[in-house]
Amino acid sequence: MLQAVIRPLGPGYRSRRRWPDGRPATVVIDTFAAPNPRLSGFERIEIYNRMYWFRTLDSLHEDLPGLRAVLGERRFMRLIEAYLVRHPSRSFTLRDLPARLEAFIRRTSRLTAPHTALAADMAAFEWAQVECFDAAALPPLTPADVTGVPGSRLRLSLQPHVRLLALRYPVDEFALAVKDAALRGDASNAVVASRRRLSRRVRRPRAAPTWLAVHRHEGKIYYKRLDAPAHRILTALRSGRTLTQAVATAGRGVQPDQVRAWFTTWMHLGWFCRR
Amino acid sequence: MPANRFNGHTDYGIGIGLRVPHYGHILERKPVVDWFEIISETFMVDGGRPLAVLDAILEQYRVVQHGVSLYFGSADKPDRTHLRKLKALVKRTRTPWLSDHLCWGSVDGTYSHDLLPMPYTHAAARRTAEKIRQVRDFLEVPICVENVSSYAAFHQSEMTEWEFLTEVVERADCGILLDVNNIYVSSRNHDFDPYAYLDGVPHQRVGQIHIAGHTKFEKYLLDTHDHPVLDPVWKLYAHAIRRCGVTATLLEWDDRIPSFGEVHAEALKANAYIADVRQAHAVTRA
Ligand SMILES: [Fe+2]
Repeated sequence: MLQAVIRPLGPGYRSRRRWPDGRPATVVIDTFAAPNPRLSGFERIEIYNRMYWFRTLDSLHEDLPGLRAVLGERRFMRLIEAYLVRHPSRSFTLRDLPARLEAFIRRTSRLTAPHTALAADMAAFEWAQVECFDAAALPPLTPADVTGVPGSRLRLSLQPHVRLLALRYPVDEFALAVKDAALRGDASNAVVASRRRLSRRVRRPRAAPTWLAVHRHEGKIYYKRLDAPAHRILTALRSGRTLTQAVATAGRGVQPDQVRAWFTTWMHLGWFCRR
Repeated sequence: MPANRFNGHTDYGIGIGLRVPHYGHILERKPVVDWFEIISETFMVDGGRPLAVLDAILEQYRVVQHGVSLYFGSADKPDRTHLRKLKALVKRTRTPWLSDHLCWGSVDGTYSHDLLPMPYTHAAARRTAEKIRQVRDFLEVPICVENVSSYAAFHQSEMTEWEFLTEVVERADCGILLDVNNIYVSSRNHDFDPYAYLDGVPHQRVGQIHIAGHTKFEKYLLDTHDHPVLDPVWKLYAHAIRRCGVTATLLEWDDRIPSFGEVHAEALKANAYIADVRQAHAVTRA
């Protein structure tokens, strides 16, 4: 029966009349589902089939406003329908639904071309926000924890609520512009339809390498631009390199003062935690 | 039943579901509410605002956990990682009992995120009861299982829904979260008498009652939780507390959620029915 509930809908968001093997779906479903005087077994299961899709599509719709703005509503819906067919939920919570979307977009480029790289970046960015929202906050590292430990032995852990992204597009700015446009739509009492048009009117960004940390501070999600070397250092630390090794990834062009300033900021934000 | 071993011998009154749009109001105004029901899954996370809000609520209020993903009726074995997370939350909230639904919703780890109806067979009842026992033994908290609203039925079924519910809870020796709105919705969708359902369940096992609103479509009723409670559901509620005694009652409002005040006022309407029952009892005793 699960297959009958999660199979893709047909035109008009109705259950498809054919089972995947070509048989009439009513024949398959009526073997297990009983009718009542008003509805056939097929029609009764259709209620669940439709609700499954409304529930999962709604959840992704809400979690991915940026991706919607990149693709427009129609292409967005086509993409996430195809995604859910390929990757039905494997978690007890709808929160995890977008987890594999970025990889799916990159693999199935025809669904998003010519904006595949931008769409994939946006999916990664929006998923990072979902993850940061309720990831653990471990006891932050204090200066006392690291005093006296040589850099060649010191390994710093990054808080689970910090996510590092290396992107081809400045999706953070675009996402803010979309949010602004939507808010302006709200303020002028625009109906949902015109809000959609507004969000699509925000111009897609040009490619520009962008390094971001998406993080949580006092319960709120923020995104912070990073310089490429700073991103490299943090990535190296996250992968378990020592402080000395991580700082070496910054490259020769970066002044020690600059590196020190970065670390001061990161410590201040509480990004490091005890291992 | 007012206080029994299925609700941890508590005697809670009328509560409402804790929902995101009300967080601000509750934390700032601290309204008087007898208890809150939380959706366990919302707080089965590692950190962030959900847990911060929960901890603040726990300082002021009594909280009971209600789940939507144990799927007692799924053939899948209970997932240990999932149960460990749930148990950590049970310890955090000190919930006197925990509820989830008499339904299935996943197959081999693929989830429908729905509360799907079961075929009412003795084999399914045995399997489901066994799973409830396993979960309770692991969580070490009393469990109440809730009847769901349903839109489909199976040729395989060997008994009525209330006979099935009874067999499950007796085999599992657990409690019932009696959702009178769900009984009403299902009674209309499956053409049975909701009062026969109410009379047919073991009343001494009812640890909690749910009330909620639903939506009427041309050919079926849908359990939408986006309305006030409708009259026929209040009537059923009155009958339920006559049968079971005045029991911890909770209003579910999950969609198109109005202000906190409106939701709470709707829940408190239950007081009128409770007063009637108390008065009737007093009269019979006199
Ligand atoms: Fe309920």
